[in-house]
Amino acid sequence: MDELGLLDRARPDLGDGCLVTDRMNLSRLLMMLPAVIFFAAFALIPMCVAVYYSGLNWSGVGSATWVGLQNWKSMLASGELWHSFWLTIALMFWCWVLQNPLGLVIGVFTAGAQRHRAVFGALYFIPLLFSSVAIGVTWSYILSPTFGLMDNLLKALGIGNGFENWLGNPHIALFVIACIISWQYIPFNALLYQSGVRQIPRSLYEAAMIDGAGPLRTFFSITLPQLKYTITTTTVLILTGTLTYFDLIYVVTNGGPGDATQVLAIDMYKQAFTNLNIGAGSVIAVVLAVFGLLLSIITLKFTGFNKMESQMEGA
Amino acid sequence: MAKDARKIAAVGLAAVATIAVTACGTESQSNSNQVSSTGSASAKQVQLTLWNVDSGLAEQVDNKAIARFNATHPGYHMTGEYFESTPYLQKLQIAMGAHQAADVFSNWGGGRLYTFVKAGDVLDLTPYLKADPSWANRYLPSVMKSITFNGHVYGVPYGNLQPVNFFYNKQLFAQYHLTPPKTWDQLLSDIQFFKSKGIIPISLGGQDNWPDLMYFEYLVDRLGGQQPFDNVMAGKPNAWSNPVITKALNMMKQLANMGAFEPGFSSIGSNNGSDAALLYSGKAAMWLMGSWGYGTIASDDSAFLKNLGWFPFPSVPGGKGNPNDVCGNPSGFYSIPSYDSPAKIKGAIQFLKDNNLDSKNVADLLQIGYVPAVKGIKNQLKKQKDAAYETFYYNLAKNAPYFQQSWDTALPTAEGNELDTDLGKFMVGQMSVAQFEADMNTYLTK
Repeated sequence: MDELGLLDRARPDLGDGCLVTDRMNLSRLLMMLPAVIFFAAFALIPMCVAVYYSGLNWSGVGSATWVGLQNWKSMLASGELWHSFWLTIALMFWCWVLQNPLGLVIGVFTAGAQRHRAVFGALYFIPLLFSSVAIGVTWSYILSPTFGLMDNLLKALGIGNGFENWLGNPHIALFVIACIISWQYIPFNALLYQSGVRQIPRSLYEAAMIDGAGPLRTFFSITLPQLKYTITTTTVLILTGTLTYFDLIYVVTNGGPGDATQVLAIDMYKQAFTNLNIGAGSVIAVVLAVFGLLLSIITLKFTGFNKMESQMEGA
Repeated sequence: MAKDARKIAAVGLAAVATIAVTACGTESQSNSNQVSSTGSASAKQVQLTLWNVDSGLAEQVDNKAIARFNATHPGYHMTGEYFESTPYLQKLQIAMGAHQAADVFSNWGGGRLYTFVKAGDVLDLTPYLKADPSWANRYLPSVMKSITFNGHVYGVPYGNLQPVNFFYNKQLFAQYHLTPPKTWDQLLSDIQFFKSKGIIPISLGGQDNWPDLMYFEYLVDRLGGQQPFDNVMAGKPNAWSNPVITKALNMMKQLANMGAFEPGFSSIGSNNGSDAALLYSGKAAMWLMGSWGYGTIASDDSAFLKNLGWFPFPSVPGGKGNPNDVCGNPSGFYSIPSYDSPAKIKGAIQFLKDNNLDSKNVADLLQIGYVPAVKGIKNQLKKQKDAAYETFYYNLAKNAPYFQQSWDTALPTAEGNELDTDLGKFMVGQMSVAQFEADMNTYLTK
């Protein structure tokens, strides 16, 4: 929308006559067409179909019957949807709290030009290269009671009895999942912060040095404020990414124990493809989509992310 | 940056897209490994397809049966297609809806099959079986209940029997001069004894929820016979609030509270073999599992087989149920879609009659340690490598007055899944008995 706005404002400068503008519009439309078709085919149409499905009583087999808002009524009345909704919000919260500060610290650390920093950077980056399924399987073995590496290490250190139930305790399972997800994605955030830090002009640090600022003061007065937009970017990515996060949770706990880690994405899958209740699954899908849209609108509104004014040279 | 905003919105929309795209996609996707057992088929032949969830050795046995069928029935050519069981459930569901299922399709009977029967999509085999009593009498009567609806039979067994029984570590029992418990009270005292010795009394793969169900269905049957669950199947109001069910749940709670299961059982899986590992590593003394548990131990730690013992689920004093009843998966079943052409139906029936669980197929199955649901194989069983266990579970199933099919497959899909989830919640204390019953009762009226 912004690009179009800019172009509209620039139109008078294009000069003589409507012909040029019309041709411009035509080619613009043509160039947009592939993206529009793709977006319509894979986002808009499925979205509308899901809204339609959410009004059906349909198992995926045989004839579907239109039940109107019945699915919506029963889903909103059942505690399950709200339970999943709050779990999703809790997971987003934990992922943000765990990923952002650690990603920032590691990013700032690896951005330094000192010896071996690049080696550390490469090492920290490794978890991002693994598939979520491999990470999930590995961590569920590490965290398994009795045989798991974690409990045996803790026991060897004299902590616990070797039977700590990390993934099977409904009170901490979601937090443990958030830790595993963070383990996977902190490197990605660190990478964003690393490049963010490297773009901060050296002159700012030189000025700070002349003013006699220590490393902590420099960090809080220059590095952190200069990373404002990077922080916004990582926040948006973490929140939206966690909203639909599925694969790792599916592998590690499959929503369990009970439904302690059954976030919206898992609930949607289970309703639609395990319980074969396409209508209920579609209700959750629509809720997820609306939630995602609201989330992006809110973040854009309150962070000024879309204004994106330059802050180079402290501007 | 508006582009980014759209991208972010697309993340949300992608969730929606998943449903629509996958729902349409599964049908056309053919990720099966097709095995054509004989060479090219002539144009006159009737082409038949068989769907199954076997793999490995069992798949080879199926292909041998298909090859024999093709060799002896020149008018037909059958092809076997094999799938993993979880995606197969979805594939079958969609294919049946579109009237595109294979001419012979495998299933587990019960509520899932009944969904198709109700839609009129499954061939009623009753007239065909009645016309050929020698065929009809081949199968163990105790397993036929899963595919019999309103007096009509909609499938025949294939593959192996899967009753549930206790496995135990003979060495541990011998070390403490214990004998396998025959009654619930003996089981409880053995549990207390092992616990006092620092040994896990029973291994439970609680992460997968369905192992919890084995205790539940056995206890309900021992306490109150078939009636309580029949009421649930019939959808009678408040059938889950039956005092027998309440008592069974409290007995399970008692087991969990007294430390009968390993600490952290809710994160020990059965699908991944962790529960079996507790038994064969000597950490746990007992394990309640289906007959496939023997195969798990044979492949994961065959050296332990010499210490492996087994006993039926104990009787419960004062219970109304017959202590010889068994629970589990009676068998796999083959059914035929009713909308098939008469020629294909004829061929499919010929296959079920001539080449499925006939003497050659039975011999092949026994060779790979599968005990099929057919009568009169006692003597053949004695010659097998794992004769002791195979004879035990064959008799367990054959002598059972009643073979209770696993509730989660007997019930309609959504109800069965909710049952598993709720049991998981109940076992970790997230749900009380009353909450469990109230939640399950809401499904009865649906």
